[in-house]
Amino acid sequence: MNITRSLSPVIDQVGVEERIARLQTRSIKTASKVFALKLALSMIDLTTLSGDDTPGKVRQLCAKARHLHNRLPGLPQVAAVCVYAPFVGIAKQQLAGSDIKVASVATAFPSGQSTLQVKLDETRFAVGEGADEVDMVISRGEFLRGNYHYVFDEIQSIKEACGTAHLKVILETGELSTLDNIRLASDIAMHAGADFIKTSTGKIQPAATLPVTLVMLEAIRDFYYATGRKIGMKPAGGISNAKLALQYLVVLRETLGEQWLTKDYFRFGASSLANDLLMQIVKQETGVYQSMDYFSKD
Amino acid sequence: MSKTKDTFSLQFDTTWQYDAAPESASHIRLQKGYDLFIDNKFVPPADGKYFNTVNPSTGKKIAEIARASQADVDLAVQSARKALGPWQALSGASRGKYLFRIARLIQEREREFSVIESMDGGKPIRESKTIDVPLASAHFFYYAGWADKLEYAFPGRNPKPVGVAAQIIPWNFPLLMAAWKIAPALATGNTVVLKPAETTPLTALKLAEIIRDAGLPAGVVNILTGAGDTGAMMVEHPDIDKIAFTGSTEVGKLIQKRLAGTHKKLTLELGGKGANIILEDAAIDQAVEGIINGIYFNQGHVCCAGSRLLVQESVADLVIRKLKDRMETLIVGDPLDKNTDIGAINSAAQLKSIKKYLKKGLAEGTELYQSSCELPSGSGYWCRPSLFTNVAQSNTIVQEEIFGPVLTLQTFRTLEEALEKANNTFYGLSAGVWTDKGSKIFKMTSGLKAGIVWANTYNRFDPTSPFGGYKESGIGREGGLHGLASYIKFEDR
Repeated sequence: MNITRSLSPVIDQVGVEERIARLQTRSIKTASKVFALKLALSMIDLTTLSGDDTPGKVRQLCAKARHLHNRLPGLPQVAAVCVYAPFVGIAKQQLAGSDIKVASVATAFPSGQSTLQVKLDETRFAVGEGADEVDMVISRGEFLRGNYHYVFDEIQSIKEACGTAHLKVILETGELSTLDNIRLASDIAMHAGADFIKTSTGKIQPAATLPVTLVMLEAIRDFYYATGRKIGMKPAGGISNAKLALQYLVVLRETLGEQWLTKDYFRFGASSLANDLLMQIVKQETGVYQSMDYFSKD
Repeated sequence: MSKTKDTFSLQFDTTWQYDAAPESASHIRLQKGYDLFIDNKFVPPADGKYFNTVNPSTGKKIAEIARASQADVDLAVQSARKALGPWQALSGASRGKYLFRIARLIQEREREFSVIESMDGGKPIRESKTIDVPLASAHFFYYAGWADKLEYAFPGRNPKPVGVAAQIIPWNFPLLMAAWKIAPALATGNTVVLKPAETTPLTALKLAEIIRDAGLPAGVVNILTGAGDTGAMMVEHPDIDKIAFTGSTEVGKLIQKRLAGTHKKLTLELGGKGANIILEDAAIDQAVEGIINGIYFNQGHVCCAGSRLLVQESVADLVIRKLKDRMETLIVGDPLDKNTDIGAINSAAQLKSIKKYLKKGLAEGTELYQSSCELPSGSGYWCRPSLFTNVAQSNTIVQEEIFGPVLTLQTFRTLEEALEKANNTFYGLSAGVWTDKGSKIFKMTSGLKAGIVWANTYNRFDPTSPFGGYKESGIGREGGLHGLASYIKFEDR
């Protein structure tokens, strides 16, 4: 396909920020709060993506995923754990028998500065190790210099390499500068075969924001209107407390509605969010806040 | 881009519903009855008659309100006349001091005013808290600043107050309209007799308490409650120098007729049928927000509402689809609930009038889409957000002001056609233009015959910006520097 900027509609940043400000005033109370807290918990991609990750660290993360808070029965499970490719095998092993997916970052995460061949090899390796989901990064440099075809073709190639694994495409919105660019990158990713579009690596500031997420959700909505295909959304980075997570769910609910209120189409990329959600759930059930020491760190 | 397949539909009746989140009304102290505010005192009406003000979300009475008769109007005008000399004689800085004081007192009691405004008028608490009340105090702050700078505002023209002003305000923004009227009048040295609308007198009476507490000299502001006949008595009163009226074009015309041949100055802020124009290169999702904000803000009880939507044909299908989906997410309900987007229709009479237009639209062969939201049960006055498509310029619902959450959608092909349609009305209060192109904004805004034109936004208000209409939408301007001129006579040296 011929990709130019006219692929995407223009975005008015002021209007987007006003819409977000209005949605942030939604007041979520009592039963609807508990419902949303549990929903958010079920949408988490529990993540560790550090240079000092070790098999031991990954094993601990998987244990946390399986045993979020044993004291409180009836909790939902997180959606997935997200690790670097070399740890996919360990994570798969640790999570065997559970519904928790294993996601692997790939394609020279987080910068994406490598050759297509290296990126394809890494993707095939992760999938070969059993990754259910692949989180790739786009080549922001190529995007910013207007080489949209390159970005499109690269995503398409990685998608092919993924086989049956789901592909999440990280736009790294903090490096794309404008909402117009973010919208265009979203459209390119969806047309090239993304199953999910994702805001950030978590390594660049700003990471996920509500306005950026709204623009991406609106792109998903337009894509659905036009094709009937439902694309998922994953804000990642910086969403560390329950209140903010609920605001993301409000934006999701009022932009895409019921069909997207599931881990199949919405994920939070986060590491510390889970415990804050747990603390809030316990608070709703018992009426009091507990010390963070009652919640295992990993 | 413009083609969308309607088969893929979004579902907003979600399993996850927001629970009730009512703003607490426990701190509100209301009396059983309210008297007239004359000469800084609350006095019972001369003939002892009262009427009820009701909560439109329940249909239940909130309080009894005095009905001012001729004797009360005489007394109030007398009091304002007596206060005029000493008030004029004060320095501008001293008058400004009182206005600053009123502004601060409103700010301090923001929550109380918001809750009462929503109880008495039916508007969502989100709006009264973030728009009505803060803007009301902002108007007092703004005009307080002008009080000692009139000579600079109108250099060499020796500005003098007009005298005693009779001010009659509507029910859609009760406190805010009182502020729009009182603040510039006092800043310029006039004294005031103000009548709030029959259905929404409470915040004006609470404002009377503030005026008394602020230590304003007795008689500078008098507040009379009552219906249209009280207003007529004020208009007819021989000792009034100026009428400021905000309300329907019908009543505005009556007032203008009655003032013919008198010395009384007149400003009118009347109805409207604002065109909100979406060009094909607009940021569509944000434009849809602007459409929603333009017509469903305050249940559509807004004189400058964007009630006529004009969409360029190339994007019409897409806009309609997005608009319908967005309408499905609007929450109609308890005005005091923090999540309510659309509150109660202000009165039974207004609801009846809106319903009449809904029927008429259908009878004229147009298509009506209403959101499928649940309406609260009970005896309040509710109306679903409504959208008429397949309408033409000749339809009644396009020509007449409905003053409710009812939008009509017409399409156009060229900018010239959009301008022609937008201006083809006897109103001329407001309009909106949505486009990504600056050159188109200039072309459209200079061609639109409307007092207020917004570009890529709608229903945005600020005390510094003049507000008023062309054609049958009014005479004179309120707000900004222009708003001062309405209360001044120039004795040019």
